Amino acid sequence: MTPKQIYGILAEFKDTKSVLKAAESVKIEGYINFDCHTPFPVHGLDDAMGLKRSIIGYIVGFGCVAGASAGLLLQWWVSTIAYPVVISGKPFFSWQAYMIITFILMILGGAFASLIGMFHLNKMPTYHHPLFNSKNFQKATDDAFFVSIEFNDPKFDLNDTKTFLLSIGGENIEVIEE
Amino acid sequence: MADTATDKQQNYIVEAPLVEGNHNFSTITEKISSIVESKPPSGWLIAFLFSFSLFLMLNGAIAYLLWEGTGIWGLNNPVGWGFAIVNFVFWVGIGHAGTLISAVLFLFRQKWRTAINRFAEAMTIFAVICALLFPGIHVGRVWVAYFMFPIPNQMGVWPNFRSPLLWDIFAVGTYFLVSLLFWYVGLIPDLATLRDRTTSKVKRFVYGILSLGWRSSNRHWQNYELAYLMLAGLSTPLVLSVHSIVSTDFAVSLLPGWHTTIFPPYFVAGAIFSGFAMVMTLAIPVRKIYGLESIITIGHLDKMAKIMLVTGSMVGYAYAMEFFIAWYSGNTFESFAFVNRAVGPYAWAYWIMISCNVIVPQLFWFKTLRTSIPVLFIASIFANIGMWFERFVIVISSLSRDYLPSSWDYYTPSIWDILMLIGSFGLFFTLFLLFLRFIPMIAMSEVKGVLPEADPHHGDVH
Repeated sequence: MTPKQIYGILAEFKDTKSVLKAAESVKIEGYINFDCHTPFPVHGLDDAMGLKRSIIGYIVGFGCVAGASAGLLLQWWVSTIAYPVVISGKPFFSWQAYMIITFILMILGGAFASLIGMFHLNKMPTYHHPLFNSKNFQKATDDAFFVSIEFNDPKFDLNDTKTFLLSIGGENIEVIEE
Repeated sequence: MADTATDKQQNYIVEAPLVEGNHNFSTITEKISSIVESKPPSGWLIAFLFSFSLFLMLNGAIAYLLWEGTGIWGLNNPVGWGFAIVNFVFWVGIGHAGTLISAVLFLFRQKWRTAINRFAEAMTIFAVICALLFPGIHVGRVWVAYFMFPIPNQMGVWPNFRSPLLWDIFAVGTYFLVSLLFWYVGLIPDLATLRDRTTSKVKRFVYGILSLGWRSSNRHWQNYELAYLMLAGLSTPLVLSVHSIVSTDFAVSLLPGWHTTIFPPYFVAGAIFSGFAMVMTLAIPVRKIYGLESIITIGHLDKMAKIMLVTGSMVGYAYAMEFFIAWYSGNTFESFAFVNRAVGPYAWAYWIMISCNVIVPQLFWFKTLRTSIPVLFIASIFANIGMWFERFVIVISSLSRDYLPSSWDYYTPSIWDILMLIGSFGLFFTLFLLFLRFIPMIAMSEVKGVLPEADPHHGDVH
């Protein structure tokens, strides 16, 4: 086993309180490429890990603007250029009547942006991940809490990191291979 | 959830627990996943075969419609819009409770929603599928259904964006897509749970593909939660707009009984009322058959009954206000349309509507009735019937007697109308039963999140 094949080290914690403390300790210790794995989002874990607020809001904002503009543009083009028809003497570009579809497409644009944005930021979809090599890690979607520290972290050292995880209360410490 | 409500809650309110019994994280996983993993109860197959045969009947009825044309329906000269539009509005309305539970209650941090949101959302999607069926077939010529979409065609003709019918296509189509996205995003962590539990290679592969590589990472949860919040924030105005837009199909016309500004809010209230009734109709047998009483508690049903009371009373208020405005407007045709509803040839339908939608929900003023399963179940069925008749009354009674008495006629549905209505229930229940069989019907990760031990400060002394 050459060190290059190592993905990182995984440690299990028994409840939300201990994983929250562990995340804080890992951050204070100076690790950057680490992650927590919990079956449900744990309140306060983002702060404990030192994560900044997700930028999804801006992506959704962009999606909404794009959807609304596309909707208005479509209706303007169809009713003034492609197929202008006089209906009850109203102007071709009756923007008041077009607001509904503009609004609906704004929502549609925003919804797709939030999905695609989330996929992009989370590097999803994927089928395999090195962590799935661990049998114990299957509990991460059931009732167990994990902290993983990645090999590519500048502070990573196989022995030191292991000892550190043990010292903050980690159990079932496992070296994960690629 | 990114909120301090749970922290504060412990200090001054002691609420009834959201999950009853001695559940912990793993018993929740076990309870809900095992439904999908083990053989279904024997009643499931019987119910499925029954619904599926109704669905096949619907297919037969549609085939005959396409062969013969819309003449097989009971439509006549003044009543050119019959069951197809009634069923469409009915099914779209049913869908609304799902989005209300999943999005609006999420924004209001109503944690009790977690037990019922998954299958309420599924109900939304299936109801919208049933709804979309009817505009698709209502002209009897499905091969020209593309006329409804703004796509280049050989005639060089484009749709009229000033028409509420086109707004409808966009609104309901978007509603379907956004509900589907919202539902699927909510499903990802639970599909990962199933992937991690299964021992079968094939299932592991399928769930592995469907769960998109989810590994419960907090860096993922962070984006996921905000994306979910955004979807909830987008769905909320959407759900309020969809039935408003559906109501403009009527309100923008000049027909007495339709041409009223009260329609959008009145339709939305009715939609929420009927949707909650349908959630209750589905939840009561499901929690009993699958033994989920500790997760979908009587407290949940109590809360849903309260929402039905509120929305049912709003609908009742709207019925009264329609009458008042019809009289107050001094418009002869408008006044006639409403008097005709109450005492005219369709008075029977009108009074079914009033009894089911306004009188029946008043039972829910009483806590004993709100917590009685038989009362809730029967009342929810009545509400479903009442809301179908509401659309029937609006569509048929207004159309059958418009301005010119010489053109009046009485509409009677044909057997095909009725078969298609029953068949649409077959489609709905077929999809719903497949959902119960193959997809976790309760959002496991969310229910775990509302357990007391999910709070990192659980047990701390303040």
